[in-house]
Amino acid sequence: MEESTLIDWIITGGWILIKILIIVIPLMLCVAYLTYAERKIIGYMQLRIGPNRVGPRGWLQPIADALKLMMKEIIIPAKSNNYLFVIAPTLVIAPALAAWAVVPFGEELVLADVDASLLYILALTSAGVYGVIIAGWASNSKYAFLSTMRSAAQIVSYEIAMGFALVGVLLAAGSINLGEIVMAQKGSLLHWFWLPLLPLFVIYFVSGVAETNRAPFDVAEGESEIVAGFHVEYSGMAFAVFFLAEYANMILIATLAALMFMGGWLSPFEGIPVLEPMFQWVPGLVWLIAKAAFFLFFFLWFRATFPRYRYDQIMRLGWKVFIPITIFWLAIEGAAVVADLGPWFD
Amino acid sequence: MEFERIVFYVLSAILVFAATRVITVRNPVHAALHLVLAFFTCAGLWLLLEAEFLAFTLVLVYVGAVMVLFLFVVMMLDINVAEMREGFVRNLPVGLTVAGLMILELWLVMKNKAFDAAQMPEPPAHVAGYSNTREIGSVLYTDYVYPFEIASVILVVAIIAAIALTLRKRKASKRQDPAEQVKVRRQDRVRVIKMEAESRD
Repeated sequence: MEESTLIDWIITGGWILIKILIIVIPLMLCVAYLTYAERKIIGYMQLRIGPNRVGPRGWLQPIADALKLMMKEIIIPAKSNNYLFVIAPTLVIAPALAAWAVVPFGEELVLADVDASLLYILALTSAGVYGVIIAGWASNSKYAFLSTMRSAAQIVSYEIAMGFALVGVLLAAGSINLGEIVMAQKGSLLHWFWLPLLPLFVIYFVSGVAETNRAPFDVAEGESEIVAGFHVEYSGMAFAVFFLAEYANMILIATLAALMFMGGWLSPFEGIPVLEPMFQWVPGLVWLIAKAAFFLFFFLWFRATFPRYRYDQIMRLGWKVFIPITIFWLAIEGAAVVADLGPWFD
Repeated sequence: MEFERIVFYVLSAILVFAATRVITVRNPVHAALHLVLAFFTCAGLWLLLEAEFLAFTLVLVYVGAVMVLFLFVVMMLDINVAEMREGFVRNLPVGLTVAGLMILELWLVMKNKAFDAAQMPEPPAHVAGYSNTREIGSVLYTDYVYPFEIASVILVVAIIAAIALTLRKRKASKRQDPAEQVKVRRQDRVRVIKMEAESRD
């Protein structure tokens, strides 16, 4: 009896580990090729070619970058707080990866079908700010600390707008389970929540860009004033981990936007007479990836298009524009839910 | 031993360790970070109790917001640890009195028969589709709606009071109003002047 339970544990634990690897390894590959896509896309937008030396059309560039970063020495500044300096990159990457545990990739394809999965993701992404704060403080550098203050204030402010946008989603879906939120959007392209929740959708995505410290909200990095922000003292793999986390978070925000506002793995041709059977064979995962890629393109597009916001403008946008709009729309949505306004809220 | 029990003991050990470190560690930033660790492990314990809503909210509110601001303040202050330790002997009697009172209160509660483990009914097994969040919501907005609303009103008053107390206008500050700046048009700032070209001499 005793032994059989032990074997059971090992089998269950091993099985979960394999599932985690099945999620994390493709995710890391996506991160690697997202950096490549970013450089290529921004390159083309600026009439350059982008990376094209390593491998055919530069396809091996991310691999070469990763190798280079792994070979580099990790320099720990003499007056830094050694222990926290080392632990900070871990604290950034851990929530970025752990959040994926509850992301559903299909109706049955989810590692942990937690009932309150949306809350879980919100909680974990909000915990990600610690890595940034600790990295900046432990570096014992003025630039890093300035960036830390900017970043922390920004993340805390935009989290509120983001949280309100998510409240709108769960009000519409009547559930805080991501899988059920997707199923609540079933019907057709017009049933997806982007239409009834349009302001919340826009605010969610823009807040997501701000949360991940991406352009035009990248004052935390602010190359022109504070060099590279909170990770200015980091080198080699420790620096790479910050990068991995940033891109993993971008992919997470894009996937969540696809799940909550764009119908997740549901086909966009649902309810359309000829097209629906024609695209029946496409697995839901493909639609989800396509939608996430669509949002990821926006991240890159923004970076190539918009100049950086000034810090006080960021705060104004978050507190005085986004939060009032979300509260206003929540009131409207609440009335619509009470009135059973079809086809979304009935 | 079942798996859950092992998880419980591991989490409890971490929790006790982190909580002890909060008051023993010298560096205030380390102390704040240990408090974060304590909150996190506490959330883990609540998850074991299947109180997932409370666990996630604990992380979201305390770890994600409250402690971030706390850490901020601690990082910005230049706290002199040696100075803080000076009053240790002087404050010791007060501290001991408070600690003694708290232990007494806990003991009074603990020895009460009503809180005995044998008195507690076995929690009912959850039906399929049980949602912790829904359950809390349905109780919070029906049975406890008045206390809940009063608590939120008190919080709002506290927020407004805190803002009002710290709000002050500095004369020297070069604050800009983005709303005004956004409204600016080219005609307000740029004036195109047409003038005759001057001759060379």
